[in-house]
Amino acid sequence: MSKKVNWWVVGSGIAVGIAALVLTLMGNPKNMGFCIACFLRDIAGATSLHSAPVVQYVRPEIIGLVLGAFIMSVASKEFKAKAGSSPATRFVLGAFVMIGALVFLGCPLRMVIRLGGGDLNAFVGLLGFVVGILVGVVVLKKGFSLKRAYNVGKAEGATLPMVMAGLLILFLAAPALFKFSEKGPGSMHAPTFVALIIALVCGALAQRARLCMVGGIRDLVMFKDAKLLYGFVAIFAVILVGNIALGNFTGFSTLSQPIAHSSHVWNFLGMVIVGWGSVLLGGCPLRQLILAGEGNADSAITVFGMIVGAAFAHNWGLAGGADSKAEDGAYVVGGISEKGQIAVIVILVLLAVISFVNIQKAVKAEKAEV
Amino acid sequence: MMVDARGLGCPMPVVMTQQALKASPAELTVLVDNKTAVENVTRFSESQGYKVSVKPGDEDDFVLQLSK
Repeated sequence: MSKKVNWWVVGSGIAVGIAALVLTLMGNPKNMGFCIACFLRDIAGATSLHSAPVVQYVRPEIIGLVLGAFIMSVASKEFKAKAGSSPATRFVLGAFVMIGALVFLGCPLRMVIRLGGGDLNAFVGLLGFVVGILVGVVVLKKGFSLKRAYNVGKAEGATLPMVMAGLLILFLAAPALFKFSEKGPGSMHAPTFVALIIALVCGALAQRARLCMVGGIRDLVMFKDAKLLYGFVAIFAVILVGNIALGNFTGFSTLSQPIAHSSHVWNFLGMVIVGWGSVLLGGCPLRQLILAGEGNADSAITVFGMIVGAAFAHNWGLAGGADSKAEDGAYVVGGISEKGQIAVIVILVLLAVISFVNIQKAVKAEKAEV
Repeated sequence: MMVDARGLGCPMPVVMTQQALKASPAELTVLVDNKTAVENVTRFSESQGYKVSVKPGDEDDFVLQLSK
């Protein structure tokens, strides 16, 4: 097993960890300095795709990550316009991953950030995430493939960066087009340009390092390759040390955690969906943003799927609700509605179907033979 | 022997290389079309005891020559 530490991965993990701490200090919600699922959901809310009043904001972090990866890939001549690898399936998988993440209340990146903040519900989520990845790995080994992508025009590859640039221009020039939360997580945010610049840097680093939250565990299991896992560990370590240094750390617990619920079964199953779906997609939500930035139009489609998934999650009331305190001081465990529970089960079944129908043994043998 | 992993994203190029190396061939050619795949296939092949040389292929592709 390769023990060589990849310093790009560690460095970008440290940068993302510090970025999450700084963004939280400057106004982002607790344990949510950087969360791809939450922030795409906020963008879905800001653009009226859903109407949950507490999660609406045009998050410059998303815009910055995509544009940072775009600029870095153009500068390093790695920008490649590609498309055509089962786009519709990817759209649906993107939506499923998003619903799973919103059941848990965070993407894999926020899961690590929550863990570093002492939230043990995220540990339950991590267990589910690992199980989901293991299921995905079995499916990959059986011959699952979303088929190859092909060269396309540069403009097609630049779709998501251009959409994000357009979103930024509209946000700055015509903010009245958008809805902005007056209370709740959507109302809490770091100053626009601070968030944008930090995200540009993180996007560029994540592109260079191929940072991916699902890739670390996947590659360790499949190839005994720990390269990407160092990024995962670096983020956790920085967040944990940072929270202790800042006096925010109050020990490990499942109770009273910021924007989190302690409904263990659903935290677990939500992250099974995220792990499984992300392995099928070839990368976590963060990685999809970065790939879309470097010209992968299939990842752009996946990101659009995630935004639509977020809209469904809130329009149909599938997303998790945080634990809370009742007026009489009693602790109320949050979690998901009955509809949300049904959605989780249905999505798990559909993931199995998508996995099964895309297993192609013949293609693999053919390619190895040539 | 040749593995054509062009157009495929993570981790497919490595999975296909792994599959092809199961038979312990003395040499293997792997075609990929992005730098991430070049890095990943190289890292994996080296961990399996192969030497890897990378050459530019047609268009923007890369040709990886693996040898024992």
